[in-house]
Amino acid sequence: MQFMGYRRPDGTAGIRNHVLVVPSVVCANRVARGISQSVAGSTWVEHEHGCTQLGADAELTKRVLVSHGTHPNVYGVVVVGLGCETLRAQEVASAIREQCPYKPVELIIIQDEGGSVKATAKGISAARAMVGEASSLAREAIDASELILGTECGGSDACSGISGNPALGEASDLLIEAGGSVILAETTEIIGAEHLVAARAINKTVENRCYEVINRCEESAKSMGVDMRGSQPTPGNIEGGLSSIEEKSLGCIYKAGTKPLVDVIEYAMPVTKKGLVWMDTPGQDIVQLTGMVAGGCHLVVFTTGRGTCCGSPIAPTIKVATNTPLFQKMADNIDINAGMVITGEEIVEEVGRRIFDEMLSVASGKLVKAEILGFNDFAVQRIGPTI
Amino acid sequence: MTKAIVMKPADNVATVVEDVSPGTEVTIAVAGGSQMIRVLEKIAFGHKFATRDIKKDEKIKKYGEVIGVASRDIKTGQHVHVHNLESTRGRGDK
Repeated sequence: MQFMGYRRPDGTAGIRNHVLVVPSVVCANRVARGISQSVAGSTWVEHEHGCTQLGADAELTKRVLVSHGTHPNVYGVVVVGLGCETLRAQEVASAIREQCPYKPVELIIIQDEGGSVKATAKGISAARAMVGEASSLAREAIDASELILGTECGGSDACSGISGNPALGEASDLLIEAGGSVILAETTEIIGAEHLVAARAINKTVENRCYEVINRCEESAKSMGVDMRGSQPTPGNIEGGLSSIEEKSLGCIYKAGTKPLVDVIEYAMPVTKKGLVWMDTPGQDIVQLTGMVAGGCHLVVFTTGRGTCCGSPIAPTIKVATNTPLFQKMADNIDINAGMVITGEEIVEEVGRRIFDEMLSVASGKLVKAEILGFNDFAVQRIGPTI
Repeated sequence: MTKAIVMKPADNVATVVEDVSPGTEVTIAVAGGSQMIRVLEKIAFGHKFATRDIKKDEKIKKYGEVIGVASRDIKTGQHVHVHNLESTRGRGDK
């Protein structure tokens, strides 16, 4: 089973060929946006971080920015810094160059260039050149076993656990059977269902790690001194019929299919194993999405009952509606309808096969709605204070 | 015929997949056949009703797993949601 992708000089496989503009600090967002909006074929991210962060928290931000630059879906990178920030743009650019010496990387420091106008102009020129080079690369046949899928559910309703997530679970199983990797994340939304995931661990170490990350997540929530309900599940989840985090989680884990759990990894760490991998991320959709893409996932399948529009700037985000009224109401944003499981027109296995086929088409270049509409959602997990 | 979904035999709630008015007879699948339950309250699309009487502090099950405990007695056919189901997880308030 194959898809048409981009083979990078280091042997990795990409499914997109983006030119990405990355600010190393919040103060460079405007310039990064200005560069990308002037260059068709480029994309960019914005974030609130990069300065006055400490230790592991600063490292985490750096890891996420660098890993978006080194991602195999990215052809070249323009890194923009202000000049005085904690997370130096020079460090981000050199870390990308070190890991991917073949990749074009342009460094722009706003203070050195003489302000935002000159920095933007220099960035436009660099990004323009990269887009030209990128467009000459051809896709080639690559085995589906090289794909890493990120799974996500957001704006869940009571149908998520009946239609969308079981169908995505079927697609996850198909990819793992083809030799690929699948990420299960959003640890908060595994609370109450962790025993079912842990029971699928390949060994005691992985099993123990399941309970370790769940306990850490639950204790962190409890430290706020309130009932989690109202934040998890969210007001929209509750309106949709979900009464507790346990109920939400039990529906949530269906998207991880039925295969053994081979690894539990930290937020934004690289996925190195084939099979099902649990990445410890929060349940917040964009923070999770960004963590999985930082971990190397090529594409994301995102089920939703209440409706969401989001998408990663570099990893195609396929949206699946859990019910037909939502699919019809938000047709501009949702790619696949799993609602036929609810109405009895299709069974879970059929929708799962449709999701899997769509994944391979998208991996070969078919654009998802979030890409066509220019979504570039990006949010980095914080584990320390802003000082 | 109005139907509701019961995920596993151990469940004591069923999920409706259309808005259901009070007094409606709803059919649920049970081992070896089906059972009719009259719902006592309005149940919105995606919401749950009790398929048997549930006592206060009794576990409420869906997917064959515990989704919370009853915070008051719940009668067969009543809406089961945040007003009568307490979560047991992430309770920083307890």
